[in-house]
Amino acid sequence: MQRYDAIVIGGGLVGSAIAYGLVRARLRVTLVDEGDMAFRASRGNFGLVWVQSKGDGAPDYQRWTRRSADQWPRLAAELENKTGIPVGHERPGGVHLCLDEPELEARHALMERMRVQSGNLGFDYRMIDRRELSDMLPGLGPTVNGASWTPYDGHANPLNLLHALHKGFTGNGGHYLPNSTVTEAAAAPGDFRIRLAAGEIGAPKVVLAAGLGNADLAPHFGLSAPVKPLKGQILITERAQHVLPMPITRIRQTVEGSIMLGDSQEDAGFDTSQGPTVMQAIARRAVLSFPWLRDLQIVRAWAALRVMPPDGPPIYDQSERFPGAFSANCHSGVTLAATHANVLAPMFADGALDPELELFSAKRFDVSATA
Amino acid sequence: MFRPRPECPRTVAVTVEGGTVTVPAGASAAAAVLAAGFDSIRVTPGEGVERAPYCMTGVCFDCLAEIDGVPNRQSCMIEVRPEMRISRQMGARVIIPTTG
Amino acid sequence: MTVELAIIGAGPAGMAAAALADELGLETVLIDEQGSPGGQIYRAVELADPGTPLGADYLAGRPLAAALRTSRVDYRPSTTLWHVGPEGTLLLETAGRTEILTARRILLATGALERPAPLPGWTLPGVMTAGAAQILLKSSGLVPEGRVVLAGQGPLLYLVAAQLARAGATPVALFEATPLRNYLAAVRPVAGWRAGRQLLIKGLGLIAAVKRAGVRIRRDVRGLRAVGQRRLERVAWEDGELAADYLLLHEGIIPNVQVSLALQLRHGWDEAQLCWRPSVDAWGQTSLPNIAVAGDCAGISGAEAAVLTGRLAALDAAAWLGHIGAAERDRRAAPIRAALDREQAFRPFLDRLYRPSRSAMVPTDDEVIACRCEEVSVGEIRRATQLGAHGPNQLKAFTRCGMGPCQGRICGPVVAAIAADMLGKSIAEIGTWRPRTPFKPITVGALADLEASDSAAAPGV
Repeated sequence: MQRYDAIVIGGGLVGSAIAYGLVRARLRVTLVDEGDMAFRASRGNFGLVWVQSKGDGAPDYQRWTRRSADQWPRLAAELENKTGIPVGHERPGGVHLCLDEPELEARHALMERMRVQSGNLGFDYRMIDRRELSDMLPGLGPTVNGASWTPYDGHANPLNLLHALHKGFTGNGGHYLPNSTVTEAAAAPGDFRIRLAAGEIGAPKVVLAAGLGNADLAPHFGLSAPVKPLKGQILITERAQHVLPMPITRIRQTVEGSIMLGDSQEDAGFDTSQGPTVMQAIARRAVLSFPWLRDLQIVRAWAALRVMPPDGPPIYDQSERFPGAFSANCHSGVTLAATHANVLAPMFADGALDPELELFSAKRFDVSATA
Repeated sequence: MFRPRPECPRTVAVTVEGGTVTVPAGASAAAAVLAAGFDSIRVTPGEGVERAPYCMTGVCFDCLAEIDGVPNRQSCMIEVRPEMRISRQMGARVIIPTTG
Repeated sequence: MTVELAIIGAGPAGMAAAALADELGLETVLIDEQGSPGGQIYRAVELADPGTPLGADYLAGRPLAAALRTSRVDYRPSTTLWHVGPEGTLLLETAGRTEILTARRILLATGALERPAPLPGWTLPGVMTAGAAQILLKSSGLVPEGRVVLAGQGPLLYLVAAQLARAGATPVALFEATPLRNYLAAVRPVAGWRAGRQLLIKGLGLIAAVKRAGVRIRRDVRGLRAVGQRRLERVAWEDGELAADYLLLHEGIIPNVQVSLALQLRHGWDEAQLCWRPSVDAWGQTSLPNIAVAGDCAGISGAEAAVLTGRLAALDAAAWLGHIGAAERDRRAAPIRAALDREQAFRPFLDRLYRPSRSAMVPTDDEVIACRCEEVSVGEIRRATQLGAHGPNQLKAFTRCGMGPCQGRICGPVVAAIAADMLGKSIAEIGTWRPRTPFKPITVGALADLEASDSAAAPGV
């Protein structure tokens, strides 16, 4: 049996960021991943490094998100230096466009709540009226009446990030095991044995970062990860010369020049088929926002299952029954990549989650269940 | 260069990069570009490399050209019409962000 | 709008199926991307001159097109299929407008495409497929000027060489890549010989014609590469080089399974033809009861066989939709099946003789472009497999290969062959990408304007 300092199960954005952080903390780590046909929420990621609307009603989540967004530029530079892979991170601030009065009012109210809930951290937002917005963004649709803006928002290339994290991980001595679905797991405090098709591996620490797969894995380790799939569809256009200076919640232009349109959310179980009705809705909203989008050709579109915890914020947990077992689930694998690598991974390396992350434990769902 | 066969009467006049060329009815816009004497039909948006049609069957997307003002069209699948304006696709398309 | 039968593709299979379906009383729509019928093999055949250098076999497509035109089939040229759902919803685009069509039964007759033939410099202007040169002659009356070299193998190679010679554009050389062992392997099946007599005679005749025209034939060309700055200037190989203006490549054809894969129909890897094919019954029906395939998109069998499988599919559709009984279907099918058996008997010989060599499937040179759209090299693909990307989806995620507008039509076979080679697996085990909607690009505006009232016909598919 191969023994390591830590086993990370799940090679997506969450698992690879954690694994990267662990090898950076000098642990011997193996990263276990499924095969080529896995669901891979990373594929459904829109690429936003987004703060604006994260954590309404959950100030800890707001703070955690801000922290990660602030650490992002440094992580991007570090990864690019180490691996040569450009992660394409930009942080020009971001907007959420509103198309009618009720939407604008609701958005303003949300921004206010975020500011109030931010406490000492502060939350620097602006509601921008149409006139100023049309100086910021070209060719706004006639029904766009305003937007919310914060300086904290940005975007990056999620697949380049994944590639860079993997390359950084293996470059630092990490051991990557693809095509290795977990068939059996034996848990004891500080002693975990995982059976894969190729053999058995063991470590005193294990981190469950298998996205939707965590729901089934967690109970074996005395943990609970009640995550559900949420289908998101994305459209991507032909490459164009750059016109969008900043990301918008549902529209962003990549470094290569393609424009991504998205952010649909469907509760469709594990079905990954695309739906023309949803695609049309994405296209309609895009065209209302920027009529000039009408002429761009969509060259590719896809649907992917993203991970959604019951209430939105991440689930970070440590097993009381089997100390050394941890789990990590979130909806925003790109945004949180920095704190996953820089803050969460060191906590795993040290053997325990800091009390500040208590509120992210899955125990919060037990409370609501009994309430 | 490509030259025309005598048994195919050239009856449709189109413009390629501003110059007129006549091709047989049923010819593709990609063929018109080749008939006009151009070796390449586009420049890739990534590396800025010149490309010409490769498959002529709508599979390879190397024949992308601007046709009647619309960029990035598969020119091998579009039949010429009189006065069609064809231009080479020079990299990523331009967006003119009018309010519409 | 709802119809009984929707046929995708107006090549020989589609045209023959449509005409027969109409004759049997089926309400039929025939959808095709091109402006006139014929597919690729009979492209522009309606406009062909009787003395065309393309020859009598090409002109054989005229009656098929004529039969289509005189039928009551709702023929939709210049119409692109960009989505089809398993429940029978088709989304079409014509002149920037989208349309929703529902069909009780769908027949895919999407034909074939040329197997990609990657080699160093294959993306240079001046390098194209042999089929592309033939299409330029067929549909646009154009022949390449200057020094033309053909390279590769397969029936089309000599055919195009002969056609170009007849059209006054005699190639300077033909580099035949058929490995010697293929000749030995091909000789085995005795049954094929008798059936393929005519084809053999034709083939030998073509080779003789090409030689007579003065085309230099070489069999010993290794390490072929296309060289030039902004366009092809010469072809070079291990032992020599030749100035050239056009290099026409051919490594056989493979089924166009883009739509059948998108529908997630069951496919199998055909080791004899080295391609993916949809799994079908004797009538062409797939793993979905309302969807069938006919012609080369079900497996390479040639134009004559495509007409026959198209007709079998039309008969089966007629029976399935209740226009004729099973007995009548079988009775009418019998002579068609007999003809099809004769057509297909020789195929194993051709498959063995023209089996692509390993170096044709897996480029040795890391600098060769594997994904033309995204300009990803063979070396990048190899390095990604070493990093742990062990399948097409992860390779796509790490290198962008397959993310371009061709959606893997060209690069899919190349990437799979490289991955199989690097990982010591079979191409069948590696698999391939699932093509996505839209199959061909559509504008954001066309998608936004999709008829809202028909959204009931297009549920979250």
